[in-house]
Amino acid sequence: MQILRSLLFRLASTAVTLVGVAVIVFFVIRVVPGDPIAMMLPPGATEEDIARLTALYGLDKSIPEQFFIWAGGVLQGDFGTSITARRPVLDLVLGRLPATLELSIMALVIAVILGGVAALTGTRERGTKVEAGIDVANGMALSVPDFLWALILILLFGVAWPVFHISGRVTPSLDLPFVTNFYLFESLLRLRFDLWADIVSHMFMPALALAIPLAAIIGQLLKQSLKETMHLDYVTLSRTKGYGENHVIIREALPNAILPTLTLVGVQFTFLIGGTVIIERLFSYEGLGNMAIDAVINRDLPLIQGIVILFAVIFTVVNLVVDLTYALLNPRLRHA
Amino acid sequence: MLDGRSQIRRKIGLRLWLSGGWLLILVLAAVFAPLLSPHGPLEQDLFLGRMPPFWVSGAEPGYYLGTDSLGRDLLARILYGARVALIVALVAGSITALVGSTLGLLAGYLRGWVDVVISRLIDIWMAFPPVLFSILLIAVLGPGLVSIIIAIVVIDWTRFARVVRAEAMAQGAMDYPASAQIAGRTRLSTMIVEILPNVLPTIVVLLTLEMGIAVIVEAILSFVNLSISTDDPTWGGMISEGRTSIHQAWWIMVFPLVTLFLTVLSFSQFGEGLKDRFDPVLR
Amino acid sequence: MSYLKISNLTVNIAGTSARLLRDVSLNVEAGEVHGLVGESGAGKSMIGKAVLGTLPRAIEIVSGAIELDGTDLLKLSPAEHRKRLGQSCALIPQDPLTALNPSRRIGPQITDRLTDILGWDTKHARERAAELLDEVQIPDPQRVLCSYPHELSGGMRQRILIASAFAAEPKLIVADEPTTALDVTVQKQILKLIKDMQQRHNTALLFVTHDLGVVSKICQSLSVLYAGMVVEATDVRSFFREPAHAYSRALLAATPKYTDPEASLTPVPEEVIAAVRAEVEAADQRLRHG
Repeated sequence: MQILRSLLFRLASTAVTLVGVAVIVFFVIRVVPGDPIAMMLPPGATEEDIARLTALYGLDKSIPEQFFIWAGGVLQGDFGTSITARRPVLDLVLGRLPATLELSIMALVIAVILGGVAALTGTRERGTKVEAGIDVANGMALSVPDFLWALILILLFGVAWPVFHISGRVTPSLDLPFVTNFYLFESLLRLRFDLWADIVSHMFMPALALAIPLAAIIGQLLKQSLKETMHLDYVTLSRTKGYGENHVIIREALPNAILPTLTLVGVQFTFLIGGTVIIERLFSYEGLGNMAIDAVINRDLPLIQGIVILFAVIFTVVNLVVDLTYALLNPRLRHA
Repeated sequence: MLDGRSQIRRKIGLRLWLSGGWLLILVLAAVFAPLLSPHGPLEQDLFLGRMPPFWVSGAEPGYYLGTDSLGRDLLARILYGARVALIVALVAGSITALVGSTLGLLAGYLRGWVDVVISRLIDIWMAFPPVLFSILLIAVLGPGLVSIIIAIVVIDWTRFARVVRAEAMAQGAMDYPASAQIAGRTRLSTMIVEILPNVLPTIVVLLTLEMGIAVIVEAILSFVNLSISTDDPTWGGMISEGRTSIHQAWWIMVFPLVTLFLTVLSFSQFGEGLKDRFDPVLR
Repeated sequence: MSYLKISNLTVNIAGTSARLLRDVSLNVEAGEVHGLVGESGAGKSMIGKAVLGTLPRAIEIVSGAIELDGTDLLKLSPAEHRKRLGQSCALIPQDPLTALNPSRRIGPQITDRLTDILGWDTKHARERAAELLDEVQIPDPQRVLCSYPHELSGGMRQRILIASAFAAEPKLIVADEPTTALDVTVQKQILKLIKDMQQRHNTALLFVTHDLGVVSKICQSLSVLYAGMVVEATDVRSFFREPAHAYSRALLAATPKYTDPEASLTPVPEEVIAAVRAEVEAADQRLRHG
């Protein structure tokens, strides 16, 4: 009962947040100077043409009226029609979503691996120069945002020592047999490792740039909580059983040290997803973020709305998943 | 134990000195930009396009860091770019701190419906992708320095509000604000006289961090070509421009990038250093 | 021959000359219970940690030997050292609330040493764990093996830790104040349990405690420590009849009697402290020149 009630409360508050986001975006972009309709039409279009198109996109009505028409559509799964692409917003957005999801998840995996290795090594070598070095690297990685890391990576591995692709999602000349837009997963499922390698080589630089700050946060928090755990009696007891340092850290300390790290990493992961907007732009990666910037530049109002709402939905879902994982991993909550 | 502690303090000291030193150099460079640079930042010389920095053969004397595609002096542009970066950092940072801390303080100390409204706003703001939001705002407000500052304040006030709210809540739960009120202070004056001084160190640290973020946001917006104007020198704009000719003239992108990197790193390290200084455990 | 033989063990805070143990020597026979007593900070737990190789990194062994069944543990490689300890020694920790890993079930925490270090098969190890829980009088062992620590009481957890210590039939168990963190009523039961188990399995026990009453109940011999130095080592009977060292006498006078808990207690007198301090300094002199 208790759990159900808190879940319902959680969902209701999420809904309020999403409505808030929708209202704010809707009204903010209606103030955008620049007439989207004028940008669509070829020079020399008549007044009549403009009026007709304006009415077609509902832009002749008052702003509150437009909002309720749009909100009514959204509730039925209709996010409107993109002004520039002249296709349903939902189709466009869902078409790009897999690219951004794959990029974010790859970045998360890299961050967990890098941060985890840093934390485990730092704990193993605690009190030594190695730990001090890891702390300095963590501090640097944390101080500088993904945008700058991306530029540095482009310089290093795209220009000075070109080992990775720094533009696009896949080499354009390749023949893609995919039916979904989850290229990375589908290439694996189809056992097309040649394509998979090409996709990874395109994704690795942007994913790494996104991952570096998160890796530093994971490294720092996890190391701190591991070091606190290493003083506890059950760790000592495990040593007396004849286990070595690695086993003690990974099997005894790690499961208990992960929990405090997890909640914070959830919030940070939403920041990472927000970072895809500029990173995708930098690497000409065909995801949601890149599409969003184009939409802003082209004043494609329905598309902007759709993308912002989708981001907001992703953020709230991530937070929900993190809370559920926390409950699943914590034996105290699991059996409560 | 004593040794360990003085070692920690020395490390903090070094960090504060290095980052503070770089920021000071930057301020001086920005103030004295006209004296330091032999050329104007907008001065073009199409015959001297893409000249390399002074240590590379083929460099043009007087252009220490080389020139960009239009033959403009990179050093001059970086120095004048520092002006934009620092103005944005100071003004946007301070206003953001003021707005965010005030809202956070009100929510955390007054609680009740004020807290409900402000917390709800924070939740909504946290659901926006910040970079996209800032690009959107610039599109609405039009390019320019003032627009950038407004955009940063509108987007980043939650950074202050969240932390200050939590701290004010913790301070408010202690005994001293209650006893101040019993002694006849109003709630508002208790908040300002009793709570604020205890939250101030946190605000100062956040402000330093926020200045670094403001510099980055400005650079990102210049990069997307939405910042000031394409002619005025900004680091982000220079990086964006340099990227197109990176294979022919690496220096056009590398110098502003290094400057931006060091500046952002310094703001952040300065903030972290201050945080350790303010930490009573380490003091 | 002694099963555990510590000779001239000196331990410092790493990189400094701050001594934590001074020239400590002691013997524990096979199957014997040896008490380590002293005030807090006297270094009694430190000896147990040195034997089990769990000294913190900031503490280093300067000199001495810890021989287990004739092998000097300090001369072994770290891996061999660990293996040796895993096979023949165990620990009963002080605080049952923090000595079980909260995110692992009880069963594997008892059997992990058997399967991982000693190479038993899982089924056999599990049967053994159930037997042991039965032996420490835990009802419904199968259910307990599948529980998490937070589902059990402090007394239960201490029983589990005792069972776990005896699981691999070690020759030596270090018990580090195993009853201190428990309620008085539970203390007596646990002490009796440890004694019963020790006698049944004929295990040598290094029993760290500050409570002379506990020593009189369970130990055959004891070492009295002050400032990391053994001031007296003797058998329990002669210790309680006529303690040889002035500090031991003072310590005994400062211990509440079970027969008469209300009797007035004398704190350790100043002059005794001064005398034993002088001895510590003399020992330091010897160590410095020796």
